[in-house]
Amino acid sequence: MSVPQLLVHDHADNVGVVVVEGLEAGADMLCVVTADNSDFRLVAKQPIPIGHKVALADLRPGDTVIKYGQDIGKIVQAVSRGEHVHVHNLKTKRW
Amino acid sequence: MKQNGHDRKIWAYRRENGRVGVRNYVAILPVDDISNAACEAVAAHIQGTIALPHAYGRLQFGQDLDLHFRTMIGTGANPNVAACIVIGIEPGWTTRIVEGIAKTGKPVAGFWIENNGDIATVAAASRKAKEFVHWASEHVRVECDITELWIAAKCGESDTTTGLASCPTVGNMYDKLIPHGIYGCFGETSELTGAEHLAAARAATPEVRAKFLKTWKAYQDDVIEAHKDSDLSESQPTKGNIAGGLTTIEEKALGNLEKIGKQVKYIDVLEPAEAPARGAGLYFMDTSSAAAECCTLQAAAGYVVHIFPTGQGNVIGNPIMPVIKVTGNPRTVRLMSEHIDVDVSGVVRREMTIDQAGDVLIDVIARTANGRLTAAEALGHREFVMTKLYRSA
Repeated sequence: MSVPQLLVHDHADNVGVVVVEGLEAGADMLCVVTADNSDFRLVAKQPIPIGHKVALADLRPGDTVIKYGQDIGKIVQAVSRGEHVHVHNLKTKRW
Repeated sequence: MKQNGHDRKIWAYRRENGRVGVRNYVAILPVDDISNAACEAVAAHIQGTIALPHAYGRLQFGQDLDLHFRTMIGTGANPNVAACIVIGIEPGWTTRIVEGIAKTGKPVAGFWIENNGDIATVAAASRKAKEFVHWASEHVRVECDITELWIAAKCGESDTTTGLASCPTVGNMYDKLIPHGIYGCFGETSELTGAEHLAAARAATPEVRAKFLKTWKAYQDDVIEAHKDSDLSESQPTKGNIAGGLTTIEEKALGNLEKIGKQVKYIDVLEPAEAPARGAGLYFMDTSSAAAECCTLQAAAGYVVHIFPTGQGNVIGNPIMPVIKVTGNPRTVRLMSEHIDVDVSGVVRREMTIDQAGDVLIDVIARTANGRLTAAEALGHREFVMTKLYRSA
């Protein structure tokens, strides 16, 4: 298998993680779901640093972000598929 | 047949109480902050000793004092310590710690400064420390089973690769070794927030589950809710976590919990620095998520090897317990290789499976137990940080 640019934990997830350095906007990413090694492709709309998340679907404020098949917080600013998901558009539901 | 499984033999030190140690320190332990200078003077004088200076030990009371004694006695009692010198300002608390450590059967001697002064105390303690060094340095490693090790884990400067690679590697090791007799330990009470339902489900019995949830809720109520002035987004996740791509405490917690594997269940919930007492198995300990505090508490509970998955590159070490760093972040491997003992970045490239990564970790645990210095040991990381529950009287 070639080296993936994006890993996704679970099929229920709506975000994945960039696992290569220097990913640029327009990159056609090989995305692997680690649960079963299945893969798909997605175009990154922005340059996204290694370790940072990418939306796998269009998400609106109030939507729950799912990773590991679990709730990791809520969207506070709209983000579209292929864009960066981080502290500017995702917040905790705790504390 | 697996090359690196539970049948692996190691060369280690068999202590008086039957426990297995992987290092052979003569520790010089201060009872309190004002005895640090005397301890450091002894350690500077007598080669082969190590002083463990810390910030506390005066006017503590109640549960906070209990924790102080538990940490001091547990550190001296750890099987990685061959013999121990204890120095305090006065004889009462000094003797209490000496007697606690002596229950292991190892050589231990106490000295106090009041009515003696630093110089006479250092002279007397140095003479005894020299005796202990000669005695300890003649110990020979003997063949032991890897399953006799007590192996703790805690992650730090986590990022999203921690949950993808380094924490699952630790979990794989626990799944392979715990059923064959090792003691495991995870903690970080606050950092399970968001995954507390999954952590609760991994308790071995309803009683242990209730104990876990009570401990977790107490941390939320007594520490977080009582003192927070924001949603903690300046502290949890940390700035390093956020730089590494983690966004929320829930996301961080889910990655954190990957390090207890897929199968093993924890059999008890420990107070900070409490020694496990229900036999071999995985234990949860109520700890801070700060690396040095957590490692210090786990060493005081008797753990002799520590596995530390990191994403962005936490550099933590411990003075008496080797801390093995595992990372799955290729950038951290590239920029901070001197801190990394186990590179599992092949996992995120899909060149290495978690099962293979777990075998590599078990191999490094065995080699570390045999005497190979960890990156943190070679770099002189000796962070010894006591946990304090509240202000002193």
